[in-house]
Amino acid sequence: MTSEASDDLPGDVPSRRTGVQWPMLIGLTAVWVLLWGGLTVTNVLSGLVVAVIVTLVFPLPPIVFGGKLRVRGLVVLIGWFVVELFVASAQVVAQALRPGKQPLNAVIEVDLRSHSDLYLTLTAELLSLVPGSLVVEARRSTSTLFLHVLGVRDADDVEVARRRALRQEERVMLALASDEELAAYRADVEASR
Amino acid sequence: MTWFDVVSAVCLLAGCVLSLVAAIGLIRFPDLLSRMHAGTKPQVLGLLLILVGVGLRLRDWSEVGMLLAVAMFQLMTAPVAAHMVGRAAYRRGAVRRDTLLVDELTPALEAESGSGDQSGRE
Repeated sequence: MTSEASDDLPGDVPSRRTGVQWPMLIGLTAVWVLLWGGLTVTNVLSGLVVAVIVTLVFPLPPIVFGGKLRVRGLVVLIGWFVVELFVASAQVVAQALRPGKQPLNAVIEVDLRSHSDLYLTLTAELLSLVPGSLVVEARRSTSTLFLHVLGVRDADDVEVARRRALRQEERVMLALASDEELAAYRADVEASR
Repeated sequence: MTWFDVVSAVCLLAGCVLSLVAAIGLIRFPDLLSRMHAGTKPQVLGLLLILVGVGLRLRDWSEVGMLLAVAMFQLMTAPVAAHMVGRAAYRRGAVRRDTLLVDELTPALEAESGSGDQSGRE
């Protein structure tokens, strides 16, 4: 979901062909083995061949990941995700079954504080999966997401949705970002307060 | 009848109900974007519950691996698909403004359209 706005600089996007991407090959092979449903030598070898062909035919820019995995942050991130998934579903169910006129929606702009394709993508993915929000537009140049929010009554609901999106980003950062990225992120949060 | 079967049955039924409600939402919601919510939310949880139910029933590691792959692809692709449809709809003007309380994207797009190329590569 790394969509680019038209005001991105041409040189901004990393090159798509930069040698062998081992994480990609291993990941694709693992998926292949999962799909065949058995860890055998033939499955792994044929999976590797398919993975090499896929990465040659559909090259992607490498994901720059300079962060570190924090177990505690990751548990919090996944835990909240599951909770929000249930809440989101309950809300949409309630709204779908409620008789009478449907409530209003909103399209809001959320300026994320981090400046990384990976965190932008993860935040957008998670936001699209959880309560009442859907990403309709993403700009990687400014790390801005535009969300469609379901069921808002007034301006307060809009602000609640905005804060919820920023908290989602915070959880992503706390789970994955390196110390320097986290410090820069915190400085940005302080500056925008 | 073990506890596994009971939990599995509950998951399967709950998943089916959620998928049914998603279908009802698709009919009842007024415009394209709110229908995308019905498409991505209860349906994602519904499918996950059905997969958990099936996994508890089968209890076979190679089958569970395949169910995991299904869940992973669902979680990765549903938001991307919803984003693409929503983005295209918005830019083609297929969004009903009367259902929106606040709209902060239209001014941003208008400001942008002054500065040249609108195509935007994905």
